[in-house]
Amino acid sequence: MRLFRCSLFFLLAFLLSSGSWVRPAEAQENPYFVTYDHYLEEPGNLEVEYFSTFGTQRGGNNFHSYWTEFEYGATAWWTTEFYLDAQTTFHDSTVYSGFKWENRFRPLQHEHWINPILYVEYEDLNGTDKTLKEIVGHDVEADFLEPNAETRREHQRELELKLILSSTVKGWNISENIISEKSLSNEPWEFGYALGVSRPLSLKGSPRRCSFCRQNFVAGVEMYGGLGDRYSFGLKDTAHYLAPAVAWNMPGGWTLRLSPGFGLNDNSHKLLLRWGVSREISGFAGMVRRLFGAKS
Amino acid sequence: MKPTIFALSVCTALLAVSVTLANAQKNWKDQPDIYAELAKAPEKARNRANPLENDAEAVAAGRLLFEDHCLECHGDTAEGGKKGPSLRAPEVQNARPGAIFWLLTNGVVRKGMPVWSRLPEPQRWQLVRYLKSLGIAEPAPTATATPAPGKS
Repeated sequence: MRLFRCSLFFLLAFLLSSGSWVRPAEAQENPYFVTYDHYLEEPGNLEVEYFSTFGTQRGGNNFHSYWTEFEYGATAWWTTEFYLDAQTTFHDSTVYSGFKWENRFRPLQHEHWINPILYVEYEDLNGTDKTLKEIVGHDVEADFLEPNAETRREHQRELELKLILSSTVKGWNISENIISEKSLSNEPWEFGYALGVSRPLSLKGSPRRCSFCRQNFVAGVEMYGGLGDRYSFGLKDTAHYLAPAVAWNMPGGWTLRLSPGFGLNDNSHKLLLRWGVSREISGFAGMVRRLFGAKS
Repeated sequence: MKPTIFALSVCTALLAVSVTLANAQKNWKDQPDIYAELAKAPEKARNRANPLENDAEAVAAGRLLFEDHCLECHGDTAEGGKKGPSLRAPEVQNARPGAIFWLLTNGVVRKGMPVWSRLPEPQRWQLVRYLKSLGIAEPAPTATATPAPGKS
């Protein structure tokens, strides 16, 4: 029953936010799930996203984690995003994991060879979070063995900072993220990384409307993992993943993404199968303004 | 404070701040220097020729790209919308293709125009071809215009 209620909540949140009463914007998204590039949301647009991760678990139960994101372009240099996370551990239970609030800032006005973006996120989660949206410190597969009944009693408030570096050259996007995370309790800074490379299958636009044009498909690969913490920086006891990824930017502002991720060492989950659907909505700010009585 | 109430408060505050910021942007008609950014294109960028100048399909492809990515701000006919200025103004239409391409690539981030380097280069050149094909918009007839002969 909890599984049903939780899934229904996330599905409703997604559908209500992207119903037919809104004006869609054509998306042009990279296929990354973990890595960030330097492109922010267009000002006034809202992107509603639903993502899932199916993960295998040695010595325990496989899991399915999912999250809904509301990504809003506050200005051309500031994007803010709110997440709701939950997960189902098979043969165990379905639990709500918590929320995250993320902000990305573009400090430079123009495009450069390497474009930096500053990222700040506040996380308020319980111990059941299995989204694996970023791998930091000594996060390893064995951490996920405990049953939900125990981990849900833990409470984590964390601050996460990222330096996003990204370039686009001849259609190729190359992104590097340097991640640092600090639990607001007395724990050391933890570090991680994410790298991504992607390219649309065709660089030229089609002169006709089409769903299956090559330009609508973006393929790439991501690699991400932990780099230890302040006291034991390095690759020892860390998990790493390699994940091919593909995005299909469909008409109507919809984007589908798929990415099978493979663990690269014994500390990693063997498989993290991720998929997601998102929809970009144009002029959301204007809609809210009109909702409160402003003239268009 | 309960976490749910805290989360809701944060969300409400966030929504209010971001919507206010998005709407605080000045109307382009109140900014006389709205086209000044075009003049900032470096000479090397300005002098770039459009590699799709003779591509028969570039204008049609550019039109679709315009509808997908530009129409929301610049209006259905590119004569200016709620957020973006007219792209059929002489300042744009007389600008060199390289300067328009440079502006598309870099955006005018502080004034609300995002960078469009996420579109691959050929698509940006297709957009430039389409924009240049529109020509300068004719001024709208005013109420004080002389009536046509034979009409009262």
